[in-house]
Amino acid sequence: MSAPGDFPLIFEHSVPGRIAASLPEAEVPEVSLEEIVGAGQIRREPAALPEVSEPDLVRHYTRLSQRNYAIDVGFYPLGSCTMKYNPKINEDAARLPGFARLHPNTPPELAQGALELLWRLEGMICEISGMDRVTFQPSAGAHGELTGLMLIRAYHNDRGDSGRTRVIVPDSAHGTNPASAAMCGFEVVTVPSDTRGNIDRDALRRAADQTVAALMLTNPNTLGLFEEHVAEVAGIIHGCGGLMYLDGANFNAVLGITRPGDQGFDVMHVNVHKTFSTPHGGGGPGAGPVAVKRILEPHLPAPTIDREEDRFVLNYDRPKAIGRVRAFNGNFGIFVRTYAYLRAYGPLLRQVSEAAVLNANYLLARLRPHFDLPYDRTCMHEFVLSGRRQRQQYGVRTLDIAKRLLDYGFHAPTIYFPLIVEEAIMIEPTETESRQTLDAFADALIRVAEECRTDPEVVRSAPHTTVVGRLDEVAAARKPNLRWRPKTEVGSPA
Amino acid sequence: MTRTTEWHPHKYLPMTAAERDAMLRAVGRGSAEELFTDIPTEVRLRRPLSLPPALADGDLLAHLRDLSERNGHADRLTCFLGGGAYDHLIPSVVWHLAGRAEFVTAYTPYQAEVMQGELQAGYEYQSMLCELTAMDVANASMYDGASALGEAAVMARDLTKRDEVVVSTAVHPHYRETLRTFVQHLGIVVREVGYEDGVTLPGRVRALITERTAAVIVQSPNAFGCVEDGAVLAQTAHAVGALLVTAIAEPISLGVLQPPGAYGADIVAGEGQPLGSHLSFGGPYLGMLATRDAFVRRMPGRLVGVAADHDGRRGFVLTLQTREQHIRREKATSNICTNEALNALAAAVYMAALGKTGLRRVAEVNAQRAHYAKQRLCAIPGIRPAFDAPVFNEFVLRTPVAPEDLNVRLRQHGILGGLALHRWYPELADGWLVCVTEARTRAEIDKFVAAVSEVVS
Repeated sequence: MSAPGDFPLIFEHSVPGRIAASLPEAEVPEVSLEEIVGAGQIRREPAALPEVSEPDLVRHYTRLSQRNYAIDVGFYPLGSCTMKYNPKINEDAARLPGFARLHPNTPPELAQGALELLWRLEGMICEISGMDRVTFQPSAGAHGELTGLMLIRAYHNDRGDSGRTRVIVPDSAHGTNPASAAMCGFEVVTVPSDTRGNIDRDALRRAADQTVAALMLTNPNTLGLFEEHVAEVAGIIHGCGGLMYLDGANFNAVLGITRPGDQGFDVMHVNVHKTFSTPHGGGGPGAGPVAVKRILEPHLPAPTIDREEDRFVLNYDRPKAIGRVRAFNGNFGIFVRTYAYLRAYGPLLRQVSEAAVLNANYLLARLRPHFDLPYDRTCMHEFVLSGRRQRQQYGVRTLDIAKRLLDYGFHAPTIYFPLIVEEAIMIEPTETESRQTLDAFADALIRVAEECRTDPEVVRSAPHTTVVGRLDEVAAARKPNLRWRPKTEVGSPA
Repeated sequence: MTRTTEWHPHKYLPMTAAERDAMLRAVGRGSAEELFTDIPTEVRLRRPLSLPPALADGDLLAHLRDLSERNGHADRLTCFLGGGAYDHLIPSVVWHLAGRAEFVTAYTPYQAEVMQGELQAGYEYQSMLCELTAMDVANASMYDGASALGEAAVMARDLTKRDEVVVSTAVHPHYRETLRTFVQHLGIVVREVGYEDGVTLPGRVRALITERTAAVIVQSPNAFGCVEDGAVLAQTAHAVGALLVTAIAEPISLGVLQPPGAYGADIVAGEGQPLGSHLSFGGPYLGMLATRDAFVRRMPGRLVGVAADHDGRRGFVLTLQTREQHIRREKATSNICTNEALNALAAAVYMAALGKTGLRRVAEVNAQRAHYAKQRLCAIPGIRPAFDAPVFNEFVLRTPVAPEDLNVRLRQHGILGGLALHRWYPELADGWLVCVTEARTRAEIDKFVAAVSEVVS
């Protein structure tokens, strides 16, 4: 399947007989494998894994890494993703043998340092969020959403209030919100946004009744705007007996400024891989710890981490718990990084949000003359432009603008989200970018906007400088090729 | 308030006080406060956050080192503990490569043209996982083995339009609990089939399954380390039109054991931690999910596929995205977005480092050393195997001393003993799950045996 000029697959480097690991001797008297694992259970054909030497392996993955954009390489203004700098000391901390080499089934009395770290981190998350307890099991934001909704369901059911079958989600919400609600067996009710980008309170009032289990809200929302009437919204939901779920994706805007627990939210998840700087790893791992108000605490999955005098214990005595959402203690290695990050800031954490919001407003001010701005308010940590003008006047789509930005050495913003903005361009600079970087990015995007007028074709056919040109995703999905296959296999597409 | 509010330099914040003031002027604001006027005063925090004071690097590392050293980790104690997480040797290349900042600090590859490294690595991981499991297609990762199993049950329901799953009690208890949590509001009934002599008996499964059964769920090697008879269980499930879902907590076993694809499994859900991820007190780990070609459109999670550019050059993209939440919202196959891509990359490097012959050899050494340890331990008076079923690298013993007490005594010998099974299986009050991987030398095993002998005699 490869052609000259294609970057080779690791399988295409394979030469029988090569190996990139030193193999252990058995050191013990060897008996027949069948005697150990059972007759008829032995694998007949070894897995056709690549056979490469260590230098081959190192070059292959090093070269692959050079074909990757990353926050350590440059500016990454993906809206709603909070691509901030990932501190190196946090990586060192997570690799300390006392953490990295700690087995999850270690008895709690031998894991006191790890449990203390989680216990202290829980206290810090509660202080920052205005919540009362935390579960560390959820491993991502969406996993946290699912967990939070299950907590809400358990709360209603425990009160004998089992007729609450619906979850309200604004039309600007992340796709994970309705998907999580569906996985929790809820019917999703979508409520529109008003002209200022807030949730439409009249529509909300009409939807809010005895069947509503919860409202899932992102605040600041995905337009980068603070819900100006959040207390009133919470009143509407609580008034009909529902609970308030906060999608914490945009928490980076308000650290030390306002706390979700004080806004009327009952439960939230924290995307520590956004707000608290843990690396995104090219798609994960992250973590989505869920923080709750006291009323939901009985339903948190077992075990919780409790302090008993000078000891830290895993408390499994939780008869009203929703059940585990994964094995073991959550993404502990990610929480070591989270803890290190928060300890590096202390109360100065507030400056993170001040700088994130100022950077966003500064960038918005520079870009405002060149793009449509559907919701013209003071933005928080991000803002959403529209490429409507470029599409209507020059036939250049937002996708084209994004691809052209790659030629200027920047990662593109989030595009076509939120769904309520036509040709959306969602930009989040974060607090870890300098004014000089923001200016350079603004210059590049303004230049692309110019090119839409002067040379639209160069934008439409972008990118031009990347290792591959624009890839045909439609054709890829029509006839999916999702794996390499050995050439000898019968029926192999080769 | 005025712009003269304090501004403290911090190493993660490029902004200086002077730049802050200049940027505030550029946006027409007199102070940072004015940026937050959309936040109603009644919900504002009117005090500094009550957080412990900031620590400088030296103090921070010292503090974390102190916390870390209060743990009985596997470099301090000789580890014979398994039960869903396994202490394997990780070649140095694995994290030197997977730990490269270009991978670590990248986001999900939304702009394919500048993310070919991540995407190709994902495609290679999917391919290697297919080879390992002998399945047709694998996704780019899930959170962990237990949550992957929960997703597999939902997938089986969607594929068969049936609403029951039958799960063996020899499946890891965390996996079973997570499975129940995942399906509890989806109208899926979970029935458990008991084990006998450490394994799942087809006869018992047959007695429970009906035309309402979407899937039979087993684990191999199972929670006791015993190898299940996958082929017979697959036939049993298929006889009523149900799928066989195989959970795998120890994928190194597939170096020597028949892969699920060879005995007819329809979905494989498992834990990829043993393939290069650190123990790390339970995570981040790697949820593995693989299935048949015909089922791919009901599969959750990201998939990387081959694509071509306008010059016909090979490239890679995220594909079949119409299954996913950002397109389909409440109709998506799952809500998953962030996954465990970096651990998948580490698993790919690990599998490529060992290669075709190396994985087999590492698996053989696990089996041989575990067998040796089991024979030696069972020669100690009072200790006997709990089950006769074949095993891979862990096994259950019955001990004359309560397993937890035994473990406390072994600590004095610098040994992290096996898992006391009574919390998971009350009927196995004297059950002790011992794990021996290739990371345990013969000298360590002999020392372990001598220590156990001393404690129980």
